[in-house]
Amino acid sequence: MSNNIFRTCPDTGLKFHGPAETLMKVNAVAAVVFLLVGGFYGLLVGLTRWQAVHLLEASDFYMVLTLHGINVLIFWMIFFEIAVLYFCSSVLLGCRLATPKWAWVGFALMVIGAVMNNVIVLQGSSSVMMTSYVPMEAHPLFYLSLILFAVGALIGCFVFFGTLVIAKAEKTYEGSVPLVTFGAITAAVIAVFTIVSGAIVLLPTFLWSVGLVGEIDVLAYRLIWWAFGHSSQQINVAAHVSVWYAIVAILFGAKPLSEKVSRTAFLMYILFLQLASVHHLLVDPGVSSNFKMFNTSYAMYLAVMASMVHGLTVPGSMEAAQRARGHTAGLFTWLRKAPWGNPTFSGMFISLVGFGFLGGITGVVMGAEQINILVHNTLYVPGHFHATVVLGSTMAFMALTYWLVPILFRREIVMKGLAKWQPYIFGLGMSGVALFLMGAGTLGVPRRHWDIGFAGTGGMTHEFPAAAYTMLALNGLSVILAVAGGAAFCVIIVGSLLFGKKLGDQPMAEPCIVAPVTDEEYNANGGSAYAIPGTIVLAMIFFASFALYYFINWKYLAETWGIG
Amino acid sequence: MSDQDETNSGDVPMMQKLLDNPFLLLFLGVASPAVLYLAWGIMEIVTIPAR
Ligand SMILES: [Cu+2]
Repeated sequence: MSNNIFRTCPDTGLKFHGPAETLMKVNAVAAVVFLLVGGFYGLLVGLTRWQAVHLLEASDFYMVLTLHGINVLIFWMIFFEIAVLYFCSSVLLGCRLATPKWAWVGFALMVIGAVMNNVIVLQGSSSVMMTSYVPMEAHPLFYLSLILFAVGALIGCFVFFGTLVIAKAEKTYEGSVPLVTFGAITAAVIAVFTIVSGAIVLLPTFLWSVGLVGEIDVLAYRLIWWAFGHSSQQINVAAHVSVWYAIVAILFGAKPLSEKVSRTAFLMYILFLQLASVHHLLVDPGVSSNFKMFNTSYAMYLAVMASMVHGLTVPGSMEAAQRARGHTAGLFTWLRKAPWGNPTFSGMFISLVGFGFLGGITGVVMGAEQINILVHNTLYVPGHFHATVVLGSTMAFMALTYWLVPILFRREIVMKGLAKWQPYIFGLGMSGVALFLMGAGTLGVPRRHWDIGFAGTGGMTHEFPAAAYTMLALNGLSVILAVAGGAAFCVIIVGSLLFGKKLGDQPMAEPCIVAPVTDEEYNANGGSAYAIPGTIVLAMIFFASFALYYFINWKYLAETWGIG
Repeated sequence: MSDQDETNSGDVPMMQKLLDNPFLLLFLGVASPAVLYLAWGIMEIVTIPAR
């Protein structure tokens, strides 16, 4: 097999290296398969927590919750991210992929680990949920499967870094790498720390499960596990922010408002995002308030600020491009004239808004040590991370997939009518999930809890307000809607790969990429395109919501203990 | 400040040099949480007095 087969995409002009292309395809397909599997388990979880339906038995519930968490939070995300890393290195830099053989070894390890994990959990002896806190013990193969998957993903990261070295050595690009590639570097850096932490915590736990290590310290396990568990979700954040930048460049020809600012924001992710892992330990004994506050306040706020920079510059650069192309009237014409029927755009925009308003604001509230106590370990937490990981990352990855399928697989998307609606169905359902879970959490409903009526606990009771039951029912309905949207995505993508009209070497009838806005276009009318009043108004709305919600939570906290 | 040619690589600002070096970024991105999160946290846990 030659290592130097390139094809030039007739639609985008991008250069695809043969082996890299195949690897991106298999990683993306594996990702969608695990999304489908994990999403199905999510349906069962939602229908069990809906008290009136209460689908599963307790033992099955914890098994299914384990499967749901690992399949979507780890397997779907990381398979997709490996495809993104190869795209951002080999394709965007127009160079060959470093050591495709090692990339295949990594992929094989990831597949073996992921399949093994599902099999072992389904056997029922490893219902320890994603966090697998010791001293709860799973089957040794449970830990081993995750280690194999992690090693495979680490190999993928090094193939990515190797490809950067090749591109530089072979001078396939000039100056700095593109911003989207820089975002991918950020994701890969975080991935390396994540995976190494995973190895540090899972190896001894594996040895403990086979009896070679006597005891695992419970506090130390939680600390190191969260370096893995929290940071893995920050790979998603860095990756989906890169996807946002990519999509506004593709669909609007938009140039980043400031390369410098955006890159500095990514650097703040590299330095600070992973420190927020401490927000999972805010009620842990054994670590000091200094440690908690430094990491979740000082450090985390710098990372949050970086997210706000991205949240401002992504729509900002889109607005500037739209204004430069003539959509200058009023505050929001640029937004109204956006291609709302194109799932690549609508998915990206829903991701942006959902991640910022629902995920971001609530994340800061949960990260503050004092108000965290209001919602710690309640359903508010899964509510928050369904907004970040699902509405934010998953939605962005889906949006990119709609664009990638014709480019990468040379197949037309099937069921275009359904595809048009899919982001809205999924986005609405998932917003409901996030909001109603957070609502239930605010009322004190615990997370990871089979039955809030305490059936079968031998007389233990606690009365939750009736509204809590309503929240869980509304969550169940939202889950159904979201799963319908997620299933539609999987059907459309798998259907397109199998039955989509072959595109061959001919360009598509409708162009799938917009020519970059030129400097002349930006500078016309005295450069008025750079004034982005619409985005500024949106940002002000965001800050007002942020401040209001933050204040409300302190007010709640003040009411928790009466004074005097 | 400098008479050198604008395109001379010596004129690339410090910050850009940092951002253009993925392995330096990798070092920073691993060192920061390794010190401030893992090392600091473990240190506090192992110094909890026994009983
Ligand atoms: Cu976290």
